[in-house]
Amino acid sequence: MRNTWIIFRRELRSYFSSPLAYAVMAGFLLIAGFFFYAILTSFLNTAMRSEMQAQYYRMAPPPINVNLMALRPFFHNLAVVLIFTVPLITMRLYAEEFRNGTIELLATSPLRNWETVLGKSLAAFVLYASLIAGTLVYVAVLFFSGKPEPGQIFTSYVGLLLLGGAFVAVGTFLSTLTENQIVAGFLTIILLLLFWVVGWADEFAGPAVGSVLAYVSLLSHFDEFAKGVIDLKDVVLYLSFIGFFLFLTHLSLESKRWRTR
Amino acid sequence: MIEISHLTKVYGTKTAVQDITFSVDRGEILGFLGPNAAGKTTTMRILTCYMPATSGRASIAGFDVFGQSMEVRRRIGYLPENPPLYSEMTVEKYLEFVGGIKGLDRRLLKTRVPEVMEKTSIRSEAGRIIRHLSKGYRQRVGIAQALIHNPDVLILDEPTVGLDPKQIIEVRELIKGLGGDHTVILSTHILPEVSMTCGRVIIINEGRIVASDTTENLTRRLMGSDNLYAEVEGPEEAVETRIRALGGVTAVSRQKTGKGRGNGYLIETEIGRDVRRDLAALVVGQGWGLLEMRPVGMSLEEVFLHLTTREEEVPA
Ligand SMILES: Nc1ncnc2c1ncn2[C@@H]1O[C@H](COP(=O)(O)OP(=O)(O)O)[C@@H](O)[C@H]1O
Ligand SMILES: [Mg+2]
Repeated sequence: MRNTWIIFRRELRSYFSSPLAYAVMAGFLLIAGFFFYAILTSFLNTAMRSEMQAQYYRMAPPPINVNLMALRPFFHNLAVVLIFTVPLITMRLYAEEFRNGTIELLATSPLRNWETVLGKSLAAFVLYASLIAGTLVYVAVLFFSGKPEPGQIFTSYVGLLLLGGAFVAVGTFLSTLTENQIVAGFLTIILLLLFWVVGWADEFAGPAVGSVLAYVSLLSHFDEFAKGVIDLKDVVLYLSFIGFFLFLTHLSLESKRWRTR
Repeated sequence: MIEISHLTKVYGTKTAVQDITFSVDRGEILGFLGPNAAGKTTTMRILTCYMPATSGRASIAGFDVFGQSMEVRRRIGYLPENPPLYSEMTVEKYLEFVGGIKGLDRRLLKTRVPEVMEKTSIRSEAGRIIRHLSKGYRQRVGIAQALIHNPDVLILDEPTVGLDPKQIIEVRELIKGLGGDHTVILSTHILPEVSMTCGRVIIINEGRIVASDTTENLTRRLMGSDNLYAEVEGPEEAVETRIRALGGVTAVSRQKTGKGRGNGYLIETEIGRDVRRDLAALVVGQGWGLLEMRPVGMSLEEVFLHLTTREEEVPA
């Protein structure tokens, strides 16, 4: 555990001493801000129009829901943006060690592979969490312009953390497969996109295959959280997904050590 | 301290190291000498548990590098061919990190980090970012990193490569001072390095050990009477074959024509065997002319060239 902590600390410090982390943060918050602005204006337009219509017909204005009409699409868009953001965070984790030869230090020190896997992915996750925390500023704006329901916001953030955890795990694994960061990042984006679109395929696939595809589709589970529902089934899916990919990472590193040819 | 027996490493179809056997005693500094692609790095990577051998065994302090790798890793300091540095860290933070993953606790780090910085003369650079250091200083940080947990065994892969002459001398002095306390294996493709720093040499070429001896012996082996230069007047082919047939002669090679009318021959003999009397008798008996005969010495540099290019010499 101590080793994991040492690796974690170095990794996190290394993130914040490179311009990449700041660039990713700025880019992500900018794009998230743009989505937020677009969704909020369209929401306000709708709200205004329905109020005007209500006045015209001399009826009570229909209830409009900030959570449903603004927050849910906002979080959904955020999740899609994350498909392209998280790989930028994870791509260097192992690829850079292979490229710089520092892997020779790690691999010849009394460390277990899973210790470095945990330390590194945890550092990437903390950076990810701080990105997500940045979006709280936007959400706070909503409290001035409407009455959003805090419970649903909370579950959405729980969902974002689990979703991001799963993305980080995939990215960490793919970073062990190549010494080229760009390749690692690219592979991660492709695989994450795949995990997204399999959710659409369940409609064409038969019911049996379809339900499997829907189950592994990472984003469809996130939708439940964005609706305000925390289902144990979804939590278990994310956690086992994370566990599975971290284990694959460990195996990938072990296999390098055991390969006798 | 270090035992290697019948070690072989195959990459795909390429055999990088073939049936290597040697051992290193406690406190010894062993030079692992060979040209590029000889298999030095491969052997060191196996010793440091970085990768497994295809066959054969290696152990450090009695622990098998494959079966008991955690025990081995605790006891070795390793400087890979490219120093494994995190360029965005400061020297001090980096050494603390390495000390941490080698298992030193906080309290020990507080004393150990300044100690190794002192030993490797990088104290003045403690707060500098590694990216900004010169090559010589980086190499020192690499050595400091290998020393941080005061390991029994140090494995240094080409520690002076890419340094300027002044830095090379300093690093060699540093390594020389490490013997006794540590068992050191140092690889190099530069000959003088070995004679200056190592007590014993293993010469490796194309994955095989071609010679192994103390630095002095290796030099002496081909010095003095163990090598003869002779200038003989007579039919070249016949002279060469007859000399080769003499008892104790291991190799004969034709040299450029000598000063006189005869041809020059370089005659190698078994160690400690003097064939001058037999040679003289042969030449006289055949009715040829013995124009010159003298023992020749070879510098270690020539020994090295000689040992590692033997294959190409035969057909020539
Ligand atoms: N990872 C590898 N994959 C395939 N071949 C390799 C690998 N590493 C080294 N080799 C080959 O093995 C031989 C020995 O290499 P190496 O041990 O690096 O030699 P040295 O360190 O003495 O220069 C070389 O021919 C090299 O090309
Ligand atoms: Mg090498």
